[in-house]
Amino acid sequence: MKVVLVDSGGANLGSVRYALERLGVAPVVSGDPAVISAADRVILPGVGAAAPGMARLRELDLVPTLRALDKPLLGICLGMQLLFESSEEGEVDCLGLLPGRVRRMRPAAGLRVPHMGWNRLAPCGDSPLLDGIPDGAQVYFVHGYAAPVDANTVASSEHGEAFSAVVQRGRVAGAQFHPERSAAFGARLLANFIQRGL
Amino acid sequence: MLSRRIIPCLDVRDGQVVKGVRFRDHVVMGAIEDLALRYRDEGADELVFYDITASPQGRGVDVAWVERVARLLDIPFCVAGGIRSVAQARAVLHAGADKVSVNTPALDRPELVSELAAEFGVQCVVVGIDSLRDADGEWRVRAYTGDPERTRALPRRTLDWVEEVQALGAGEIVLNCMGADGVRSGYDIEQLQAVRAHCRVPLVASGGAGEAAHFAAAFEQADADAALAASVFHAGTVRIRELKATLRSRGIEVRDDA
Repeated sequence: MKVVLVDSGGANLGSVRYALERLGVAPVVSGDPAVISAADRVILPGVGAAAPGMARLRELDLVPTLRALDKPLLGICLGMQLLFESSEEGEVDCLGLLPGRVRRMRPAAGLRVPHMGWNRLAPCGDSPLLDGIPDGAQVYFVHGYAAPVDANTVASSEHGEAFSAVVQRGRVAGAQFHPERSAAFGARLLANFIQRGL
Repeated sequence: MLSRRIIPCLDVRDGQVVKGVRFRDHVVMGAIEDLALRYRDEGADELVFYDITASPQGRGVDVAWVERVARLLDIPFCVAGGIRSVAQARAVLHAGADKVSVNTPALDRPELVSELAAEFGVQCVVVGIDSLRDADGEWRVRAYTGDPERTRALPRRTLDWVEEVQALGAGEIVLNCMGADGVRSGYDIEQLQAVRAHCRVPLVASGGAGEAAHFAAAFEQADADAALAASVFHAGTVRIRELKATLRSRGIEVRDDA
């Protein structure tokens, strides 16, 4: 099993690699289209803003590579947001692998943005990623933008309003939270992705 | 619903965890990795590692231990102390820290906060504020608090600084109420309430925790998003699992036991 972590310049690259290593998986970190295309599993991590994130993928010429992948792809946090058509953050066009637009979370009374901390998942669709992860499982989020709930949402969470916490359509999936920092449930999601695919 | 977070703070000096009272008289508590795993196992939601000598000594954080901790931990952690440039922050984040916290370097050069936010996103950028009430009744910030010999009182009002750092791109604020720190008589609720009224990003209460009721007060009365403590956890006078059970029984949303 060849697992490739896309070297997208995100600051959580190391954390995701260590989380996989704790599962006994030794990922290859690469920005090379040929290496990524040949992988069995591809993970697109990412922390930061959408525009520099997309700029980095374009710079490495990875946009066509990621669009043409025929193996399971998991985006994490910003990596998930980049899977959508566009993001309100910097008004940027993204990969377009999932329909929809990522929007800024709106602060309200008693509701802080960024959404930071442990929040509950509400599974609402069928996905191998959620195997063994119960309704109400708490996972760690840190983000100020989010994708609305739609037909590809397989687990939602709520901060003022419901948003997509885990999405999947075919071989493309994303987690808005940080599985690498979400204790046992996060490890379970990563293990599901590696072992079961999409 | 978002949980209120419990955050043990580990003061790091020379590769070990230490604890002092009112920032003085440090005693060695143990190895960084041992304490990190102990708190993770006890149910900590996040950890803060504070290199207490980096900033006064004018050096950056040693990233070797940051990487060792990142390999071990499966909960988030923040590194504070001695981060005064984008390059230093990048080294710490790439070593595996989830957030960086800046304090004195942001007071010396406030643009640092916006540079970090632009580079890594606001969610990575924590601003730590050491604050003390002056004789005229105003809360004002202190710099170089890691070293009592060098600690400086600044003319900057705490509430003004809270507004300024948010405008610059702070994604979270840790308010350390120095008058209460290390003496275990409770968080400074009055000051936390005043800061909360100006703080639209997550607010972490720090300084003064002595018992479970103090944590509850920070959440219930000051609407803090998280509460940070050191000595009560190190000494074992507050156990995180029991603390969370108490908070839960009061209707405060906390993370379930693993």
